[in-house]
Amino acid sequence: MASEKPSFEDMYRRLEEIAARLEAGGLGLEEALALYEEGMRLARLCHEILDAAQLRINRLRDELSVYVDEQFPYVSEEGEE
Amino acid sequence: MLDVWSVSRLAHTLQDLIRSDPSLEDLWVEGEVSNLRQGTRGHLYFTLKDLQAQVRCVMFGGIWQAQDLENGHHVLAHGRIDYYPTRGDLQFYVDFVRSAGVGIFRAQFERVLAKLEGEGLFDESRKRPLPPFPKKIGVATSPVGAVFQDICNVIGRRWPLAEVVLASTPVQGPEAVPGLIWAIHRLNEEGVDLIIIARGGGSWEELTAFNDESVARAVFSSRVPVIAGVGHQPDLTIVDLVADRRAPTPSAAAELAVPDISVIKGQLRSYGLRLEAAAQSYLTTYRKELRGCVARLDAYTPKIDHLKGRLTGLAHRIGLAAQREIKALAREVEAISARLKALDPKAVLRRGYALVYLRRGPVVTSVSQVEPGAQIEVQLADGLFPAQVLRQYGF
Repeated sequence: MASEKPSFEDMYRRLEEIAARLEAGGLGLEEALALYEEGMRLARLCHEILDAAQLRINRLRDELSVYVDEQFPYVSEEGEE
Repeated sequence: MLDVWSVSRLAHTLQDLIRSDPSLEDLWVEGEVSNLRQGTRGHLYFTLKDLQAQVRCVMFGGIWQAQDLENGHHVLAHGRIDYYPTRGDLQFYVDFVRSAGVGIFRAQFERVLAKLEGEGLFDESRKRPLPPFPKKIGVATSPVGAVFQDICNVIGRRWPLAEVVLASTPVQGPEAVPGLIWAIHRLNEEGVDLIIIARGGGSWEELTAFNDESVARAVFSSRVPVIAGVGHQPDLTIVDLVADRRAPTPSAAAELAVPDISVIKGQLRSYGLRLEAAAQSYLTTYRKELRGCVARLDAYTPKIDHLKGRLTGLAHRIGLAAQREIKALAREVEAISARLKALDPKAVLRRGYALVYLRRGPVVTSVSQVEPGAQIEVQLADGLFPAQVLRQYGF
């Protein structure tokens, strides 16, 4: 699943990790600045994802009555359909 | 042709007949308790009767609840009917008894509650944590009414990154139990991160599906966490107890399901600030270090100046030495030229000496070069004149 795009959660976790590592100190300047840049880029990307998000709604089309007929034959006398 | 049955055949036929009816495996009987006694192995034996009939009952030791079991009490008893061929007894094997006054819904609820609690279905230790950022949220509820819309509104407002998947099922009536079981099963198949099982408020009787044992077991065996959001009412349903989390309303269940976007945005901003601060502190630290290095380098600079000074000094001394040398040479040249001047024959002539030449010949340096009467030339400093040798004397 770790293919193509990292998920929001992946990026958010990485950001947490970067902040913790930077704050722990003891890094070389170059490494620290690279982490800083990566962190800022992740924060921006996360913001963009949140700003662009739109709820998706998906209604399963499966026929409940088919399942009910199979599993509970004694229940569905007068189905709603 | 007449057929004669053995007693065993009859007994087993009766047993088969009784066991073939599923409704006799799981039934409630209401009646008055009589002839209650305890057997040797802790079993309770009694009779349930009404005005016209009676049935013999047994309750095995170690069963769940027998608090209302007393002679003369009007009770609701749950269990199964079976025929026991060895003794020729038709018995009601009771597993739960409750005073008839509580009503069948309450009694059923208490029975399932006691049973599932005994099996550990409500244990806190088996409750699963909810995913912090669910991507796909399953909702098992009725598509009719406001419940699903309320859930979508809350999730859309709080966490619009999510996808909501609705498995439509009736939440009351005869199809509610199979429908809810199907929905939980189907949503698991769909790969959702968590499930909200919800319905709006309702009377105790309308909530029977949420107190159903098989629905509770379906919730229990869901692979993903389940949040119960069953409408406001004072008592919890079995589904509330078995779910990983419970909320008093469908909307509250939706709030539990997802993070709040404004909180997460605030956290992102605070991460940004923390990163800035950390990076700034690195820069400060390294700048300080750099200043330290520069200071240490500066400590070497006087030596360089010293070397420079020495170098200039040397150059100066070389210059002076060269000048001295030049002056000495000049003096030498002067001395030489003075000596050269002293050798100039004309200078001698000016002091009164004369040069004597043979006429158009060489300088006379010896008397033997001339004879009396020889023509000679005498040169003085300012000119020459011809002369004649008179005689010669040697020294």
